[in-house]
Amino acid sequence: MANQGNHAVAGAHGHDHGHGGHHDLEALRQMGFWLFLITDCILFGTLFATYIVLHNNTAGGPTASELFEMPGVIAETFILLTSSFTSGLAVLCMNRGSRKGLIGWLIVTAILGASFIGLEVSEFIKMVDEGAKISTSAFLSGFFTLVGTHGLHVSVGLCWMVALMIQLGKRGITSVTKRKVNVISLYWHFLDVVWIFVFTIVYMMGVM
Amino acid sequence: MAQHPTGHSHDAHGDSHESHGSLKSYVIGFVLSLVLTIIPLVAVLNDIVEGTAARVVLLVTAVLQFVVQLFFFMHLREEKKPRWNLMALILGLVIVLTIVIGSIWIMTYNAVA
Repeated sequence: MANQGNHAVAGAHGHDHGHGGHHDLEALRQMGFWLFLITDCILFGTLFATYIVLHNNTAGGPTASELFEMPGVIAETFILLTSSFTSGLAVLCMNRGSRKGLIGWLIVTAILGASFIGLEVSEFIKMVDEGAKISTSAFLSGFFTLVGTHGLHVSVGLCWMVALMIQLGKRGITSVTKRKVNVISLYWHFLDVVWIFVFTIVYMMGVM
Repeated sequence: MAQHPTGHSHDAHGDSHESHGSLKSYVIGFVLSLVLTIIPLVAVLNDIVEGTAARVVLLVTAVLQFVVQLFFFMHLREEKKPRWNLMALILGLVIVLTIVIGSIWIMTYNAVA
């Protein structure tokens, strides 16, 4: 009898521990993602360093102030900033347990992200049409590599977000999908931070 | 009896997790980010500040916006001790600044033309 009681307590304890362990695992996974973001910071740091060092080497091609058209860039900036905010709203809905709100705000975020990419791609196409290719000058190599890498990150984030929405539709809000939403929202905020520096160092300092 | 404290601790834990960010903190962060984007746009594109002053305005507003996003969107301030995320971030920033400032410094004195 006493033995059985002990066993039950141990069982309950084991279950509790297991639950805590599961939660810890998700927290650990989220921290692992944070470490990835830090290494991604270093990747962008090297690309920024390259761009800054090379941005005056235009090799007779167009310079930054001749090439950049600010209205589109300003629109991209506000679109990405708003999408960073809406991805935060998605997390808030998730914490309230509202799957509809969560998926709804993720859709808004993805649409804003897609319009950002659309604007950026049309900007790039226009530049290439004007003869400003990645091979034109060291400045443009640095520019397309830096801004293109950021655009690639946003595109990957979009595919990931769509996959996550499908998973949320199937499985609902569990501790695993919760961690995945937290992680993608961190990623999205990070991409906005990188864009702030692209906007400031590449575009604003390029045209001033 | 054994069930109750477990359930309670789970609830308490859930609450503490949900305190990660509120609508208020997201709205404040968003508004601050908007302001910090509009200030450099207005100041630099209208030539209110020029040259070095403009560069300072641009960099300061960008760094401030980075801090706003870290605090209001990425919840860095709410991290419990030990603050591994903050430590990793500081290490990353040291590496990034070394690469960027070091590259600029070296290449400034490497002008061939």
